[in-house]
Amino acid sequence: MEALYAIAVGVLTACGIYLVLRGRTFPVIMGLTLLSHGVNLFLFASGRLALAAPAVIGESADPTDPLPQALVLTAIVISFAMTAFVVVLALRAAVELRNDHVDGVDPEEDWRP
Amino acid sequence: MNHLPVLPILLPLITGALLVTLPRLGLNAQRFISLGATVAGLGLVLWLGSMVLEHGRLVYALGGWAPPFGIVLVPDRLSVLMLVLTATLAVPALIYACRGDDDAGAHFHALFQFQLMGLNGAFLTGDIFNLFVFFEVLLIASYALLLHGGGTARSRAGLHYVIINLIGSALFLLALGMLYGLTGTLNMADLAVRISTAPAADQPLLQATSLVLLVVFGVKAALLPLLFWLPRAYTAAAAPVAALFAVMTKVGLYAMIRVFPLVFALDQPLAALTAWQWLWPLALATLALGGIGVLGATSLSNMTAYMVIVSTGTLMAIIALGSTEALAAGLFYLVSTTLLTGGFFLFADLIARQRGAAGDYMVVTAAMKDRRTLGILFFFGAVALAGLPPFSGFVSKAWMLQASLGEGAAGVFWPLLLGAGFLMLIALSRAGSKFFWRQSPKREHDIRADRVRLACVIVLVGAGLVLSLGAAPLMDYTRSVAAQLMTPGDYVGAVHEAGLNLKGGH
Repeated sequence: MEALYAIAVGVLTACGIYLVLRGRTFPVIMGLTLLSHGVNLFLFASGRLALAAPAVIGESADPTDPLPQALVLTAIVISFAMTAFVVVLALRAAVELRNDHVDGVDPEEDWRP
Repeated sequence: MNHLPVLPILLPLITGALLVTLPRLGLNAQRFISLGATVAGLGLVLWLGSMVLEHGRLVYALGGWAPPFGIVLVPDRLSVLMLVLTATLAVPALIYACRGDDDAGAHFHALFQFQLMGLNGAFLTGDIFNLFVFFEVLLIASYALLLHGGGTARSRAGLHYVIINLIGSALFLLALGMLYGLTGTLNMADLAVRISTAPAADQPLLQATSLVLLVVFGVKAALLPLLFWLPRAYTAAAAPVAALFAVMTKVGLYAMIRVFPLVFALDQPLAALTAWQWLWPLALATLALGGIGVLGATSLSNMTAYMVIVSTGTLMAIIALGSTEALAAGLFYLVSTTLLTGGFFLFADLIARQRGAAGDYMVVTAAMKDRRTLGILFFFGAVALAGLPPFSGFVSKAWMLQASLGEGAAGVFWPLLLGAGFLMLIALSRAGSKFFWRQSPKREHDIRADRVRLACVIVLVGAGLVLSLGAAPLMDYTRSVAAQLMTPGDYVGAVHEAGLNLKGGH
């Protein structure tokens, strides 16, 4: 299970980094989302992976660590809000700058203000 | 328990929430509430400061939960220095904004308060995940503040700023996950103990974690390969926002000198840390790049943004030396440079308002109405920023040069610091002569400077003189801050003792 989990985190992070380095805002936002998924899974695993172990003391003989779950919850809330914000910002920039490049200029289009 | 340590966080939070929920309040009422809360905040942090001076360090357990499981606020001398600096800069910046800049978009005052809340929280907390949360609070407020007023330049700069900081946050979480996975705690004092007793097999991972944290804090502080978002963002931001942002880069620096000496260097000298060894060359390169940038800037606000980079480079280089004296000198410089660069962002706006379409760009245009007042002020401001006597910039530079001599690092540090200062002097003289001496023969602009705005700039530039005349008490204080930072064992002891007291009480 650990190997599968590690591969999933690795693939998500690698895809996220690749997309973040793209030139247009939409892939960059997708990259940020994948990156935050990878990070959330990584945070979750910092409490060690365990099967059939609830995060509540007293429910089972061997409860799992509840803290990473709380951390992931915080991280999810923040990244969810930030994704919404960056989508709106990218839309606004695309309308104002008349293209969706992260630098605000389209290198292929010969367009002058 | 005394609840004073949490008030600098609660006051802006409640004020900000109030301002959001009462949208029908007129702008004047909003200004009144916001300004009142900010001035009260300054009073609060001064009060907290007097308590900290008395006890050396306070430990406040949020909700009465004992550390290391509960979150603690640990206001100590460094926190107080940063809190007072932030509040001192916030008051003139807010007064400046109240003269009309706050009308350019919605919710300026609420965002300003949330920004202050994030800054105060980051300076107070003793829990590293809580530090992340307050970083997010101040960043989210800063995203919206940067875009305040709208326009293409701000959208473009905002996109870069938001994306790089989101990646920074993702890296911060990765580092925290690694720390928690290795040690099972997030309380900084507890982390310090666990890391100093960590098995040898964990050392490579801990070192990797410390380097990831260096990158995260480097993004915030604008260290060389991670600083290219800064000039555009700070130039595009509205003047009062840029002035407050002058303290934002210092949050990254604060996080470094809070986390590294405490968490990673409990049982070894600071200079032996891998992250700290990376800091020295990167800081010097930042300093050099900042100097070149200042010379090539196209407008006064752009030039001030590069001066923020120069000050980051200088500060990082001096703290990278790792001695108590160097740290003390660096903290004195931090106070002086933050107030002056903040003041100069406001000053650039003041000049731009007098020059019509030319703004604060380095072009020759018709004469300004208040050229005498502004010219004299510019002269003093430039002297202060370039680090010439009798201003505090000179005192701090002389002290830093002395401190670096003791570390045997003078051969590299002196030429770069003095060279950057010289480049700043050239750039400022060039700007001054363009603005005040060379005038096109067109009819002069007839817009007068707003008296209140002018007063805000005078206060911040004058702070340079006050800090220089009254340098001795502040120097003694930064020495005591540095001494406290260099004895992280006391911090750990205080938090541990607070935990035991709380458990004993139940």
